[in-house]
Amino acid sequence: MSFLSIRNLSARLKGRSDQILRHVSLEVAAGEVRGLVGESGAGKSMIGKAILGTLPHSVEISGGEIILDGIDLLTLPSAKRRQLIGAKCALIPQDPLTALNPSRRIGPQITNRLVDILGWSRSDAEARARALLAEVQIQDTERVMRSYPHELSGGMRQRILIASAFAAEPKLIIADEPTTALDVTVQKQILKLIAALQARHGTALLFVTHDLGVVSKVCQSLSVLYAGLVLEDSTIPDFFHAPKHPYSRALLAATPKYTDPDGSLTPVPDAIIETTRAEVAAFDRSAHV
Amino acid sequence: MLDARSTIKRRLPLRLILSAGWLGLLTLAAVFAPLIAPKDPLAQDLFLGQLPPFWLQGHEPGYLLGTDSLGRDVLSRILYGSRLALTVALIAGSITCIVGAAMGLLAGFLRGWVDVVISRAIDIWMAFPPVLFSILLIAVLGPGLSSIIIAIVVIDWTRFARVIRAEAMTQGAMDYVASAQIAGRTRLSTMLTEILPNVLPTIVVLLTLEMGISIIVEAILSFVNLSISTDDPTWGGMISEGRTSIHQAWWVLVFPLITLFLTVLSFSQLGEGLKDRFDPVLR
Repeated sequence: MSFLSIRNLSARLKGRSDQILRHVSLEVAAGEVRGLVGESGAGKSMIGKAILGTLPHSVEISGGEIILDGIDLLTLPSAKRRQLIGAKCALIPQDPLTALNPSRRIGPQITNRLVDILGWSRSDAEARARALLAEVQIQDTERVMRSYPHELSGGMRQRILIASAFAAEPKLIIADEPTTALDVTVQKQILKLIAALQARHGTALLFVTHDLGVVSKVCQSLSVLYAGLVLEDSTIPDFFHAPKHPYSRALLAATPKYTDPDGSLTPVPDAIIETTRAEVAAFDRSAHV
Repeated sequence: MLDARSTIKRRLPLRLILSAGWLGLLTLAAVFAPLIAPKDPLAQDLFLGQLPPFWLQGHEPGYLLGTDSLGRDVLSRILYGSRLALTVALIAGSITCIVGAAMGLLAGFLRGWVDVVISRAIDIWMAFPPVLFSILLIAVLGPGLSSIIIAIVVIDWTRFARVIRAEAMTQGAMDYVASAQIAGRTRLSTMLTEILPNVLPTIVVLLTLEMGISIIVEAILSFVNLSISTDDPTWGGMISEGRTSIHQAWWVLVFPLITLFLTVLSFSQLGEGLKDRFDPVLR
């Protein structure tokens, strides 16, 4: 039994027939790291938002199930659902610059959830926050806890967000392109940090990204998404040795090679985009969406 | 990796000192008007009508800023007039602020039908010419302090609601709000703990602007004789009376006008100054 299991999840723009997710199914086992890849607009982030209940107002879920630890989130009343998600899930957001409340100090932003949801005492929560900050290799924890977000660098803020995501010992963390907003040298450190904490805490991780290089390093399995449709679902070794879908193959071929830094980049061929689009259209006809 | 900005000590900006100073003086004047006013603001003496201010030929000692056509002391009337002006600014400004900001927050953060209702109400409200609307309201409610305050609140809440709605929408789209939601916060508690502190600097600026505007609205209503009872001195009323004798006694019009101008200017500068000082991002 997977910890998270999404079945036939569909979402669309409210009041319109534009599909954003098309019968998406995917599983994340306890402690597993699953990559979710696709180009911009493929619906990767929407899946994460659907799980966490933070979809934009303009998007509605039109069908399917999101089963978290045996409970279908979509049938729960919203207060119950919030409670369940708060206790079991966390988010490492894409942009560390907007993910911390600018008008509050760092300390309370980490500890509040421990106090609110888990009912910890404030001093326990603070001790926990300090330990976690140390775990993400922040030295001057006292000063950082007293700082406002704008006083810290982007990489520092992303570390804080990682610490904060792991703070309540969630069973599932959704990492929504956690390194996209950072520069390359910092990216590498942050990835290492996420991988290390994931391994130490045994947390399941849904890793949303468009970077196959990152996926190959961090994940155990992955789902490839195009226009809200899951094209491929395989383990990492299978995917990198023998991708099943032509689009996946093209995506893999398009990844720049470090061994050939002067080689030109290979775009995904138009013909493959055409056939993939046709596949999406055929799916829409057969599913009557 | 602490930012260098936080270690630089900022001087108190001049405009904050000047505007707070003027408003402080005015507040003292309003509170202690009976003690410091040199004359009775209502006492008429037709023999002393239209006396010029102290530096002009023909002035009378004791009447620093001259007298109006009925011989009433201009300075004393300005001092007493500040009582109504500041009362209106504080009460009407604050109520307008609370009502408007609450509407804006609800509309901008909750969206959905709440937003539709509030936004349409704002659109309809904005279509009324505000001055005519306020005159109409006073005509219906009858003159008096509470009517002025109600009129200002009813007309001006949209000013807050529109701006705060936009701000709340911007803040609501930020990841930290999503994080608070994921952490199990209810919508209402997210609105109060995450959104409100971040729109507070804007609310403060709008509040001070609104206090200035309230004073202007009160002056307009006094100008058209729809404010409080006509006996009590008001700046708008003085400007209105001074208008008729502008060629013989300009000071009756000009001194209340300058006071009004400085006060409204001070309120807006105070707001800007406070924003610079208390916005954590700008600080």
